[in-house]
Amino acid sequence: MSWFKRKTKGITTTTQEKKDTPKGLWYKSPTGKVVDAEELEKNFYVSPEDGYHVRIGSKEYFEILFDDNKFKELDTNLESKDPLKFVDTKKYPERLKTAQDKTNLKDAVRTAVGKSKGKDLVVACMDFAFIGGSMGSVVGEKIARAADYSLENKIPLMVISKSGGARMMEAALSLMQLAKTSVKLAQLADAQIPYISLCTDPTTGGTTASFAMLGDINISEPGALIGFAGPRIVRDTTGKELPEGFQTAEFLLEHGFLDFITVRNELKNKVNKYLDLITNQPLRV
Amino acid sequence: MEYLEFELPIKDLEDQLQKCRVIGEESEVDVTETCSQIEKKLKEAQKDIYKNLSPWQRVQLSRHPNRPYTLDYISAICGDSFLELHGDRNIKDDKAMIGGLGKIGDQSFMFIGQQKGYNTKTRQYRNFGMANPEGYRKALRLMKSAEKFGIPVVTLIDTPGAYPGLEAEERGQGEAIARNILEMTRLKVPIITIVIGEGASGGALGIGVGDKVLMLENSWYSVISPENCSSILWRSWEYKEQAAEALKLTATDAMKIKVVDGVIKEPLGGAHRDREKTFLAVSNAIVKSFEALKNLSPTDLISERMDKYANMGVFKG
Repeated sequence: MSWFKRKTKGITTTTQEKKDTPKGLWYKSPTGKVVDAEELEKNFYVSPEDGYHVRIGSKEYFEILFDDNKFKELDTNLESKDPLKFVDTKKYPERLKTAQDKTNLKDAVRTAVGKSKGKDLVVACMDFAFIGGSMGSVVGEKIARAADYSLENKIPLMVISKSGGARMMEAALSLMQLAKTSVKLAQLADAQIPYISLCTDPTTGGTTASFAMLGDINISEPGALIGFAGPRIVRDTTGKELPEGFQTAEFLLEHGFLDFITVRNELKNKVNKYLDLITNQPLRV
Repeated sequence: MEYLEFELPIKDLEDQLQKCRVIGEESEVDVTETCSQIEKKLKEAQKDIYKNLSPWQRVQLSRHPNRPYTLDYISAICGDSFLELHGDRNIKDDKAMIGGLGKIGDQSFMFIGQQKGYNTKTRQYRNFGMANPEGYRKALRLMKSAEKFGIPVVTLIDTPGAYPGLEAEERGQGEAIARNILEMTRLKVPIITIVIGEGASGGALGIGVGDKVLMLENSWYSVISPENCSSILWRSWEYKEQAAEALKLTATDAMKIKVVDGVIKEPLGGAHRDREKTFLAVSNAIVKSFEALKNLSPTDLISERMDKYANMGVFKG
């Protein structure tokens, strides 16, 4: 005879509810501050007491950037294949399946067009929850097509990076996505269409060695990790202790690789302010 | 000559042959028959071993201590016409990335490539062929200079990766590589790229966007080295052979997935076994590639190059 009795059988949480973003009642930031989940959402997923920027995904960034959360998602049907028949401790298609089931996403980037403060903006936003935001053929192709959409319709492009780097399971093909996305950014540059790169926590590896660092402006959020080689690799290779704040957004700003850092609740305003200024348009209120 | 582990049967037979010949020279014994038998066995062993190299064995060959490096190729191909140029005009001269002008026949080329050292001292001097941001910026400066004067660019890739150092991060390793990749997609002169040894990741691609990208038969090209891939995916250094297999990093595999345009054959046993023959093959490949590109207008050249890279990748939907 047990003391407690389970009324419903098994785990009933749907995948939708198991998101990376906090869906519980409370969220605890790394400094130990406890925030009410609803309050956190209202505050752009920034812990109000200590300003900690919680990692969020494309769903939340679209919500922040697009007016009334209205947007048209582009190329929703693209999915990864397994061209190399890659097997490590797991088969690549299995990894993909697990990631898709867990995140309810097709791959590590979503692209969309919508109004931001009344004007069109194309946004490509990476999702870290999908195999570490790794860049394979689908990520490269979707960013390339988003850039094509920008080019054809003369709409500014914003890419939000959040990635551990290239997707190893697509090996050289994933490496070539650095070149592929750069081709499109070169075409955008030649057509004088503004491109904004937002580097969010974390932006490392292949993304840093391509589109993340190639914006007309590169911007970031407070405390985001940004680097080419991850901190562990740098420590292991050099045998040196890393200085405090190494590879944070603030570190990159100081060394000249970012134009500015913005808190999340000012992101939409600042991005659009830059666009108005650079395109010599009246400032939107 | 140094031998890799899998080459030891060949070394044994070569030693035997050597001894046999010495006996023949120093004594009255007729060893012709024995020597020719050993020679026959040697040829069979060479064929057997070198025709069936595993991906990991090719990685080992690509790092063979006797393998020719970038400056060896350039000296052999251009002879006295080569003029090395230094510096990124910003902070320093990166010794892991070399560059300069040289002639093949009547045609000038801008050569750029990672340089490795051949002993402990020079290996350190060359930082093991791992360039810092200033190396990539030096490379870009030279490419821009070539573009200004209509000189075709040849890049020779041989790197275990861009240097993952503290100062490299401070000076923007990612940005430097990204900038090179972007500028190379729209450079107005032909770019011929040859992977001569190791082609690891962004460090390789940072000088690797080309109209014609070729690989030497025993070089490798991928997004990560087999060792690092093993450590990340298997969480152990022990699976480098499986990782090499999984990464499909050999020249023939890179051809199959259309990441490179061609393979340059190496002498049996690798580039170092007949350096002159390798140099000639590389020189011929450069000339042939340039012939195919030299009459294209800059607009056509760039649009073909952009189309090639825009089409890379495999996905469904």
